[in-house]
Amino acid sequence: MKVRTRSDLEMLRSEGLSTLYPSRPRISVGMATCGLATGAADVYDTLRDEADARGLDITLVVTGCIGYCQQEPLVDISLPGHGRVLYARVTPDLARVLIAALAAGELPAEGALAVIPEEETSEVSETSEVLPGIPLLNELPFYAHQHKIVLRNSGLIDPTRIEEYIARDGYQALARALLDLTLQEVIDEVLHSGLRGRGGAGFPTGRKWQICYDAPGQPKYVICNGDEGDPGAYMDRTVLESDPYNVIEGLTIAGYAIGAREGYIYVRDEYPLAVERVTQAVARAGELGLLGEDILGSGFDFGVTIVRGAGAFVCGEETALISSIEGGLGEPRPRPPFPATSGLWGQPTVINNVKTLATVPVIIGRGADWYASIGAEGNAGTVVFSLVGKVANTGLVEVPLGLTLHDMIESIGGGGLGGRAVKAVQTGGPSGGCLPARLFDLPISYETLTEAGSIMGSGGMVVMDEDTCMVDVARYFLAFTMAESCGKCTPCREGTRYMHETLTRIVEGEGTPEDLELLEEVAEWVKAASLCGLGQTAPNPVLSTLRYFRDEYEAHVTEKRCPAGVCRALIRFTIQPDVCTGCGLCLRECPAGAISGEKKEPYVIDQELCTHCRICYDVCPVGAIEIVR
Amino acid sequence: MPLIAQPLPLPGGALLARLHGINAEHGYLPEEALRGAADELQVPLSQVYSAASFYSAFSFEPRGRHTIHACQGTACYIRGGDKLLEKLEATLGVKAGETTADRLCTLETVYCVGSCSMAPVIRVDGDTYGRLKASHLPRILKKCRPIEEQEV
Repeated sequence: MKVRTRSDLEMLRSEGLSTLYPSRPRISVGMATCGLATGAADVYDTLRDEADARGLDITLVVTGCIGYCQQEPLVDISLPGHGRVLYARVTPDLARVLIAALAAGELPAEGALAVIPEEETSEVSETSEVLPGIPLLNELPFYAHQHKIVLRNSGLIDPTRIEEYIARDGYQALARALLDLTLQEVIDEVLHSGLRGRGGAGFPTGRKWQICYDAPGQPKYVICNGDEGDPGAYMDRTVLESDPYNVIEGLTIAGYAIGAREGYIYVRDEYPLAVERVTQAVARAGELGLLGEDILGSGFDFGVTIVRGAGAFVCGEETALISSIEGGLGEPRPRPPFPATSGLWGQPTVINNVKTLATVPVIIGRGADWYASIGAEGNAGTVVFSLVGKVANTGLVEVPLGLTLHDMIESIGGGGLGGRAVKAVQTGGPSGGCLPARLFDLPISYETLTEAGSIMGSGGMVVMDEDTCMVDVARYFLAFTMAESCGKCTPCREGTRYMHETLTRIVEGEGTPEDLELLEEVAEWVKAASLCGLGQTAPNPVLSTLRYFRDEYEAHVTEKRCPAGVCRALIRFTIQPDVCTGCGLCLRECPAGAISGEKKEPYVIDQELCTHCRICYDVCPVGAIEIVR
Repeated sequence: MPLIAQPLPLPGGALLARLHGINAEHGYLPEEALRGAADELQVPLSQVYSAASFYSAFSFEPRGRHTIHACQGTACYIRGGDKLLEKLEATLGVKAGETTADRLCTLETVYCVGSCSMAPVIRVDGDTYGRLKASHLPRILKKCRPIEEQEV
């Protein structure tokens, strides 16, 4: 079948609705990478086998990520006439319980995390009575502040079925753009929405499109940047895995708006499932004529090629990414000219982040005014963060811009892991900085984060507590940028190396107070003189930690002490004989063979052999291992 | 002055796709295959080699039957990913980037596989294992033993 008209879309929508809201139980298992990493595949198999064994008629589907990664594997069950419930930390055993209950026509309370309100059927008030005592999804602190736009379908639809995407208003925006709006009208809509680039730099998306539209030269290209390389961030992976058609629709609209006929989706090599899902989705959209020639009878032709990266962080930089697609090295070049006027093969090219493009269909579908009304002044809309690290609730969250860091970390994140106090949050990956807890009243916006010495970045948010050494964190990031620096320009290549060497000396207890000043000076130079964003932002982790956590640096260089008890050269491990029960766990786990002793007697650590790796500290069930700082 | 002959640009992404194909087939990039790719794509061998050596996903050396990636992304790092790596190195008797003498396992580090909420994680032959402690490793490494031993 080819989709030629709006009524063809309606046919697909009803097909999608029939699987999304079937007359029999629908069980969705979250099987994005996070779910799979915690055993979702076993849960899926058990659900299928148990249902088969009982002859239970169900719709069992694979979905993407619903965001609450802490609670994975997550299973979402909707039982017609009863409601829809999200089950957390599902094991094969719980899966058997769930099927048994469904066979009896019930939604069990065991393992239930929340009741999912059904917006489509407005059963909100009724569903909340399905399982007394179980809150609605949006009543959970984790979801209370969230507003899902980019992630609106993630974890709800089967990402392999375009019909379910269409059932959630998918492709309505493309139809509106192609059939009702001129190119300029599409650009104006995006411009007025206030959408800014979600890759991190925050350039107004509509303005970028306008520049490209106005630029002379054909052909033009659009590129989706899915080379999400920041360690500690996985927003783009989740969107590509959970809702690939959303990105493809956004890319197609972008192509239409600037007058391009070819688009590229560049996906990071480390994301095999995202590559698979997007490849499948592009093929399916092509079969239906939603990619290809004369889309929806509009006369607009558009094709998409998927390029799989090969493990180079710098390719997330737009000019490096373009060079990588062309078959060259993934090395950046100076800007201007910007890709909007001279990009792929020197032609005008729009390159947008995954989340930016995933926002476009909603803006065209619901209008610029609606989108502009969300968020804060100059920072319209929502932003997706991966909230990870030493925080109680980890996961993927989407919040309106302007929310405070406090609400993000304390309310949504539930505070520090294990109830410990949060010391800092790191945003923006290796390009960003560490902000101390005393600044948590700051609203999240491009400008406030930059002023505070960090950046918005693509959305990684790593929480750190008192057991995290900020000097070691700075050294960690510099090790990363040093390794990933492409080497083309000297300030970045040599500057990152110098900063890393100095930080290494400091964590090894060989730093001097003068090192701190020189470090600051070199950081400023690297920032000012590097060719691309990688080098220009690489000093941020150093500068922000020096700014907010100078006392930790000083403790390292003057007292030769690591207050967090992390830096190996500055700490020592001992076993407290009065606490040790002699269980032998530490002896078994010690990779250096430094622990000796007899069962049921206190063990001892040979300080000569000990490599200070901390494994014994982490495995000791009674807390007998002490860090001497 | 117009050029007499100008090479046609490669289709977008064609060289990377070819390198991935070779890598998937052989587990590394053998010289003959790279020469073949250069001929077929009509690009200089130097261009093929410069791309092949630039990206960390490719190797010029044969690799182990199994590849273990120990994630060193930020979230994994601050939740003990470096300790897992150390334990892996001690257990396998190789350093990161090396292959065991029996060519069974290659140990690699990776900066983030995007499973940060499950930190720390490792990836074995593409399967991701999360919420790990050093004590979980022996069970996961079982699949990296020779097939004969697994059946015992």
